[in-house]
Amino acid sequence: MPAGESNVARSHCEERRHQAVSTRTHIWLLIASSLLAITAVLVAFVVPARAQERVLNIYNWTDYIDPAALERFQKETGITVHYDVFDSLETLEAKLLAGHSGYDVVVPSNEPTFSRLIKVGALAPIDRARVPNWKNLDPGLMRKVESSDPGNRYGAIYLWGTTGIGLIPDRVKRLAPDAPMDSWDLLFKQENAKRIAPCGITMMDSAIDVIPGVLKYLGKNPDSTDPTDLAAVERTLMGIRRYIRSFASGGTLEALAAGQTCLALDYSGDVIQAGARAAEAKHGITVRYVAPKEGAQLGFDMLAIPTDAEHKDAALMFIDFVLQPEVMAGITNTVRYANAVPASRPMIRPELLADTNIFPTPEQMAAFFTIGPVPQAAARERTRMWARFKAGH
Amino acid sequence: MIAVLAIVWAWLLVLLVLPTLIVLKIALSYPADSVPPYAPMLPGLHVSTDAFALILSDPLYAQALLLSLKVAGLSTAICLLAGYPMALAIARSPERWRNLLLMLVMLPFWTGFLMRINAWIGLLQDDGWINTIIVMLGLSPLRLLYTDVAMYIGIVYTYLPFMVLPIYARLSQLDGRLLEAAADLGAPPWQVFGAVTLPLSLPGVWAGVLLVFIPAAGEFVIPELLGGPQAQLIGRMLWQEFFQNGDWPTASAIACALLALLLLLPAALLRVGRTTLSRRSS
Repeated sequence: MPAGESNVARSHCEERRHQAVSTRTHIWLLIASSLLAITAVLVAFVVPARAQERVLNIYNWTDYIDPAALERFQKETGITVHYDVFDSLETLEAKLLAGHSGYDVVVPSNEPTFSRLIKVGALAPIDRARVPNWKNLDPGLMRKVESSDPGNRYGAIYLWGTTGIGLIPDRVKRLAPDAPMDSWDLLFKQENAKRIAPCGITMMDSAIDVIPGVLKYLGKNPDSTDPTDLAAVERTLMGIRRYIRSFASGGTLEALAAGQTCLALDYSGDVIQAGARAAEAKHGITVRYVAPKEGAQLGFDMLAIPTDAEHKDAALMFIDFVLQPEVMAGITNTVRYANAVPASRPMIRPELLADTNIFPTPEQMAAFFTIGPVPQAAARERTRMWARFKAGH
Repeated sequence: MIAVLAIVWAWLLVLLVLPTLIVLKIALSYPADSVPPYAPMLPGLHVSTDAFALILSDPLYAQALLLSLKVAGLSTAICLLAGYPMALAIARSPERWRNLLLMLVMLPFWTGFLMRINAWIGLLQDDGWINTIIVMLGLSPLRLLYTDVAMYIGIVYTYLPFMVLPIYARLSQLDGRLLEAAADLGAPPWQVFGAVTLPLSLPGVWAGVLLVFIPAAGEFVIPELLGGPQAQLIGRMLWQEFFQNGDWPTASAIACALLALLLLLPAALLRVGRTTLSRRSS
C-alpha cells in the first residue's frame, strides 16, 4: 500500500475519533443546558406573576351558571372573569386547604365543605355593607344554613336542591313493574336493584352525599357516627354493589340524558337538567327526578370568598351582582336549581316554578333533612367504608 | 465535566431529594383542622407514626398495593410481548423505513395524553365505535368501558413506546456479523435469536421493563378514567386519602411506601438480571 494512502486512512480515522469525542461533549452540553432551561421554566412558574389588571377568579360547580350573567357582569364592571369548574366538593376543599388557591369566589355546599372551611379559617367574612342586594335573600332559607354558619357571616345562598334518584321511568317500569317509584327502596332493595341492573345503575361517587341518605332510609339519624349504624349502611350498600354499573362524579347528567344509565343517585338539579337535555335531543328518552318519600338531603351551595383571595373587592361586587332578582332568575332558568331570592320568581319560567322537584311544597320541605358537621375521625371511617364499598370487598 | 456533574446533582437534590423529604415530613405529622391540614412536625419534633401504622394495619392498603403490582406486572408483560417484535421489526427494516416507523411509534406523543385517553372512552363506550361495528356485524354489544380490559388497553397503549424505544436502541446497535457468524455455524433462525439476539438485547429489555412498570404501578389517571370501581389501585387510594379524607399525613405515608417499594423492586430485579447475565456469560 503506498505510504500516502495509509496516511490518508489514518487521518480519516483520527478525524472520526475526534468527531466522536466532540459529539460526546455536545451531548453533555445538551443535557446540561436542557436541565438548566427546564429549571428556569419551573422557577418562572413557581414565582407568581401578579397581574395588575382587574380580574376575578371564580371556582364553581360544572353546569352551574348562566353564561349570559357572566357576560353582563364583565360588560358592566370591566372586570375580566376567569371561570373555572369543579365536579366534586373534595376537589374544591383540597385546593382551598392547600392554601393560595388563587380563587376569589368559590361555591361550596353547606355541609360538609362550607362549615369545615369556616372552621379552619379558609373563608373570609362577608362585609354586608358592600353587598346591598343581601336584603333580597329569603330569611327562612338563610336560617336553615345557620347550623353550618351561625349568624350567616361567611356566605350567601347561591342555589339549593336535594339529593335523590334520577331515573328513566318507562325503562325502569318495564324491568321492575311493581317497584315503588317514590322510595329509596327502588335503589337500596336488592330485588329491585337486581332487576334494574341490566339497564344500568349509577352511584354518585360521594360518601358525604350518599351515606346520610342511607342512614335516613334505615330510620337512623343522618348525622349518626355510631359504628353499628355505619356497619348497617355498609351492609345495605354491599347488598346492591354488584348491580351498580358505574360510580360517577359529574358525568351522570350526560349518562342519564343519553340513556346510558336508567337509575342514578344524583343531585336534583343535575337530573332535571338531564331531563331537559333528553327532551331537546328527541331520542324518546324521558328523565325524571324523585325526592324519595323517606326523606332527601337538602343541600345549599354558598357564595363565599377565600381568606387569601387577592381580588376581594371584585368578589363582593360579583356576589352583589348575582343576588339581583333578574340575574338569579336567569341562572335558575338555565341550571334548573331553586335560588334563595324570592323576588326572582316572577321572571322564572312557569314550568320550572310549577315543578315541585325544583320548588318543593311546604309539606315536602318538612320531609327533607339537613345534616350537621361530621367529626373528622367519623368522616375518615365513612371514607374508608366507601373505599371498601367501591372495591366490592 | 465537574460543572456538568454539579448541575446533575443539584437537579437531583432540588427535584427528587427535597420533595421526598417534604413528603416524609408530612407523613410524620398529625392531621389537623388548619390550612394546610396537618400540624407541623417542627419545631419540637412531634413525630407521629400514626399514618404509617394505619397503612400497615388496615388490609385495604396492602390489597391496593398488591393489585397495583399485579396490574403493572401484567401490563409490562403485555407491553414486552407486543413491543419486542415491534422493536425487532423496526431494527431489521431497511434503513430508509426506520425513521418513519420510529416516528409512527412516537407520533401519539404529539397529542395530549388526556385527549388520547378520552378518545379511548369514545371508542370503548356502550354506543362507541367498537360496539357500533360489533352491532353492525350482527353480534351483541360488549361492556368494555369501566372494566379491567379497558384499563389494561389504556395502560398498554400509553406505555408501549417506552418499551419499544429502549429495545430498539439496543437492537439497532447489534453487530450484524454476529448473526451471520451464528448462521454460518449452522444455527437455525430461532437459535440465532435465542443465543445471540435476545441476550444482547437484554439491557434494553430491562430498561423498557422499568420504564413501563414503575409509572404503571403508581398510575391514577387511566384506572380512574377507563377502569371500573373495583380497580382500587394504590394511586386511587392515595387520591382518596388526599382529596376525600383531607388526610395529608396518610396520603404522604402511602406515597413514601410506594416510593420505597418502587426503589427496592427494580434494584432487586436488576440484581436478578445481572446475575443471570453473568452466569450465562461465564
